[in-house]
Amino acid sequence: MSDLIDSLYRGLLQGDRRSAARLITMIENGDPLSIGVVKELHRHSGKAQIVGLTGLPGSGKSTLACGLAKKYREYGKTVGIIAVDPTSPFTGGALLGDRIRMQELAGDPGVFIRSMGSRGALGGLATATNDVINILDAFGMDVIIVETVGAGQVEVEIVKYAHTCVVVTMPGGGDEIQAIKAGILEIGDIFVVNKADKEGSSRTVADLEMMLEMKPGFDEAPWKQPVIQTVATNSQGIDELHEALDNHWRFLNETGKLEEKTSERMKAELIEVLNSKVSIAASKALSEDPKCREVLTRLIKREIDPHSAADQVAKYLIKGASQ
Amino acid sequence: MVGSKNNIRVLLAKVGLDGHDRGALIVGQALRDAGMEVIYTGLKQTCESVVEAAVEEDVDVLGISILSGAHMALIPIITQMLKDRGAEDIKVIAGGIIPRDDAQELVSKHGVRAVFGPGTDTKEIVEFIEKIVKGERI
Repeated sequence: MSDLIDSLYRGLLQGDRRSAARLITMIENGDPLSIGVVKELHRHSGKAQIVGLTGLPGSGKSTLACGLAKKYREYGKTVGIIAVDPTSPFTGGALLGDRIRMQELAGDPGVFIRSMGSRGALGGLATATNDVINILDAFGMDVIIVETVGAGQVEVEIVKYAHTCVVVTMPGGGDEIQAIKAGILEIGDIFVVNKADKEGSSRTVADLEMMLEMKPGFDEAPWKQPVIQTVATNSQGIDELHEALDNHWRFLNETGKLEEKTSERMKAELIEVLNSKVSIAASKALSEDPKCREVLTRLIKREIDPHSAADQVAKYLIKGASQ
Repeated sequence: MVGSKNNIRVLLAKVGLDGHDRGALIVGQALRDAGMEVIYTGLKQTCESVVEAAVEEDVDVLGISILSGAHMALIPIITQMLKDRGAEDIKVIAGGIIPRDDAQELVSKHGVRAVFGPGTDTKEIVEFIEKIVKGERI
């Protein structure tokens, strides 16, 4: 590692905020120097409890994150918050406004808040989110809250990284049919109906509970997803949410599900890295290796189909790697 | 992909007892449209919280908007705190209602890079930020 990276890395492990912040920037920017840190971090992370907060835009995710963080601080836990907001697909710019709802946490050395632009990633997170989780983990944060961009139906990337997914909705979000659609509602370990002082709150709770109970196997399921009503702006329901998160964490630990989730997460991470390495190797082979180029030529002449061509190239790649 | 790498990051801050942020928001939108990542603190922040936010977010530029008249009391505290934090590489610019003499003093004595008053073309601010950030990156 270079001297700069080395000193930032040492700073990170000693709890220096500036070092942590600068490493996050380098990783976000895909700085090649930061790869070494990503490798090292693997040894120092894996201790934190990771909580995902996802749900409709304007449903109160940031305010809930703030309330939860305050609750965790009361219990003496340190809290990292990663707040992702959308990057404009047109200009690449972003207005990251989640911090505005977290002013009460300002100045607390036991809290580290980082805003991220999604920078073209589509699953509700930013591409570097996982690495940033690892940084805050190595930085010593006990709990890491990851707040996704305002998500509607298919932004479910968070499920890969969080131990517990909290899906936040609010009254007036649509009828029971919305509640049984596929996607985001399938990933909730805990459901929150925020703004519960608004009209229609109990109806929304009833719709969600019906959706959950209609699921095949609900009666035997070892974890029954609670539906919690909150008014985040005055901390109503935060105790219940905190308790539900604790319960789920205990459930994961006691049933061995935590290991299962961790291995799934590692596998997803490995597949992601593999995908990019294999794709680079394949592109290289197709332009440099004579045998692979021959396959490509035959494909272009339509003597061979893409599936068979891919099989042949894969064979050459594996042979090449084992030599 | 558009803007997927090395976005300029800017923290826009409102400090002290000052409830007007229309100007800061207009600047924020202009910077966003120029491809920057803009983090907004919200109103009535303390100097400490602004400096901590600038460090955590690892911004290139800190923009302070003050319309309350307290600029000479607050801005020098912020630039000094950045120095004490070893973060004087974060470039400070200011905007709002700041008389010319004060603006000059902020620039000459307190490390502020520029002061943009009412009526400034947002393009001018965008270009200034691009210039000071790139100047150091290259």
